[in-house]
Amino acid sequence: MHNRFRYVTDKLATAGAAIAAVLVIVPLAAIFVYLVMKGFGALNWAFLTQIPKPVGESGGGMGNAIAGSAMILGIASAIGVPLGIGGGVYLAEYGRGRFAHICRFTADVLNGVPSIVIGIAIYSLVVVTQGHFSALSGGIALGIMMVPTITRATEEILLMVPRSVREAALGLGIPQWRTTISVTLRTATSGVITGVMLAFARVAGETAPLLFTAFGNQFWNTNINQPTAALPLQIYTYAISPFEEWHQQAWAGALVLVALIVFSVAVVRLVAARGMLKGAH
Amino acid sequence: MGTDSVRAKKLSPRPEQQPRHEQDEGPVAVHRQPLETQRAFAKPSLLSNLADRIFKTSTFVCAASVLLILGLVIFELVENSQPTLGKFGLSFFTGTAWDPVSGDFGALPFVYGTLVSSFLALILAVPLAVGVAVFITEMCPRVLRGPLSFMVELLAAIPSVIYGLWAIFVLSPLLRSYVQPWLAEHFAWTGLFDGMQLGFGMLAAGIILAIMIIPIISSITREVLIAVPRNQREAALALGATRFEMIRIAVLRNARAGILGAIILGLGRALGETMAVTMVIGNRAEIAKSLFAPGYTMASVIANEFSEATDELFLSALVEIGLALLLLTLVVNALARLLVWSITRGVPVSSHAQ
Repeated sequence: MHNRFRYVTDKLATAGAAIAAVLVIVPLAAIFVYLVMKGFGALNWAFLTQIPKPVGESGGGMGNAIAGSAMILGIASAIGVPLGIGGGVYLAEYGRGRFAHICRFTADVLNGVPSIVIGIAIYSLVVVTQGHFSALSGGIALGIMMVPTITRATEEILLMVPRSVREAALGLGIPQWRTTISVTLRTATSGVITGVMLAFARVAGETAPLLFTAFGNQFWNTNINQPTAALPLQIYTYAISPFEEWHQQAWAGALVLVALIVFSVAVVRLVAARGMLKGAH
Repeated sequence: MGTDSVRAKKLSPRPEQQPRHEQDEGPVAVHRQPLETQRAFAKPSLLSNLADRIFKTSTFVCAASVLLILGLVIFELVENSQPTLGKFGLSFFTGTAWDPVSGDFGALPFVYGTLVSSFLALILAVPLAVGVAVFITEMCPRVLRGPLSFMVELLAAIPSVIYGLWAIFVLSPLLRSYVQPWLAEHFAWTGLFDGMQLGFGMLAAGIILAIMIIPIISSITREVLIAVPRNQREAALALGATRFEMIRIAVLRNARAGILGAIILGLGRALGETMAVTMVIGNRAEIAKSLFAPGYTMASVIANEFSEATDELFLSALVEIGLALLLLTLVVNALARLLVWSITRGVPVSSHAQ
């Protein structure tokens, strides 16, 4: 009798876990199905190359938002990637004492700071100083959000580089800085790229910090000191608008954004599958 | 390692550090001995010494930038919330008025909205996330393991604004026409499911938040579960436990602190989540018992009103809400970090050693 009870609970628990898995996958599948169904309808060449049309006129697109996102993400990467990799190198190669420990902890904590709070800080630091919204401020906000992610990822991958590789280089009389750049970092290149792409994918869809830094723009803009449209911002504005045509465009924009992010995550998986370290087994 | 530590013993200026040299601690250990002792045969030139120092300093600056960023963020928020900090003091967080025109600000409805939506999300997400993690690591056929964890990872990569878009056009109509009538019919007596069935409101926000934090909780839980040593499982099975009993006794018990850390990290994410919540919560500064009623969170009031806030006091009130949100998430994240760190350093390591 007791055994029958144990048998039944075992089966029930298995069923419960399987149901949980299904319940988690369902929203994911639903989101993708809707993205493709609704997004493809409005996706065309005009959408990718034109600026938004006024309400009531059909057509138009998010070309300026796509370009704006590219500009903001470019600025963000220019700030976040060197700082992040440098920080990771310090933690992996020199990071022993209390200071490095505090840095690790701070990076992890900074990773959890809500993006909107970063937006406020950059607003008062950059936007108020400059006197107007700008692509630059949006780029800075996203850039500093990349730093902790890249720092920790770089540290982790550098620690995986075998110590014999470093010793071999040092043994040849190569100075340590050169060893780190040309041997340690080179060995770990694909791992470092993985970290960078993950950070990139994370900030590419960020909307909250751009609301009051990049701000958005209805027209083309190539000046980093001017308010700039960004894809996530445009999706947000269109999604909460009352116009059916804009909803369509929001879905198409979402499809483009997700395609971009899934592409970078897939690249990461591919690189990771081929090994994070060069020639290491 | 053997000859190495002998040499280190001879050359190390501080023999009391010796025990740390003896165990191979991976690549970092190479720096435990000063560089000079490693390369005594080829004295580095003055120039390369300088280059080394410059390189070390510049990477140090990069690492320190993390501290600088956090410091600057905190400083800016404190600095810019001075007007309301001075005017309202602590009563800012107990007041319920939100009237930018007359300059009366109280943040209680936002704090309430943030806490209720986050805990609702936790209640929904934790069983599912732990269930998925257990299913992937312990139960599912090997073929499914990779695709399943990839899909859960993918769920984490979707931007907040797209969850919001989906919630507006798919989730909320679904709630309005099926879920809310059912809840109202069967559970109205709890008082939680009263009033207008709009599809938007606290319930919708809690559900979309739950969907968003499931991948975080489940991926960390999965890591913790994998870290439970295999022989623990085998021991439980050998004693005649069923698979569920093995999972309960050997796996979940060993991993509980790590799972708690994962849950707290999920909570941290839920507290600060902005866009998706803003798009479905209804954005009304009210405290209502019913989960059908619209609410407002700390993050969404900032998102909605920050660029419209023109006068100093209004702006300061929003910044102070941001500061409170920051402190809340800092405490929650630090707690989770310490928990996860204590686990990865303590329990699994010592049980591996057996």
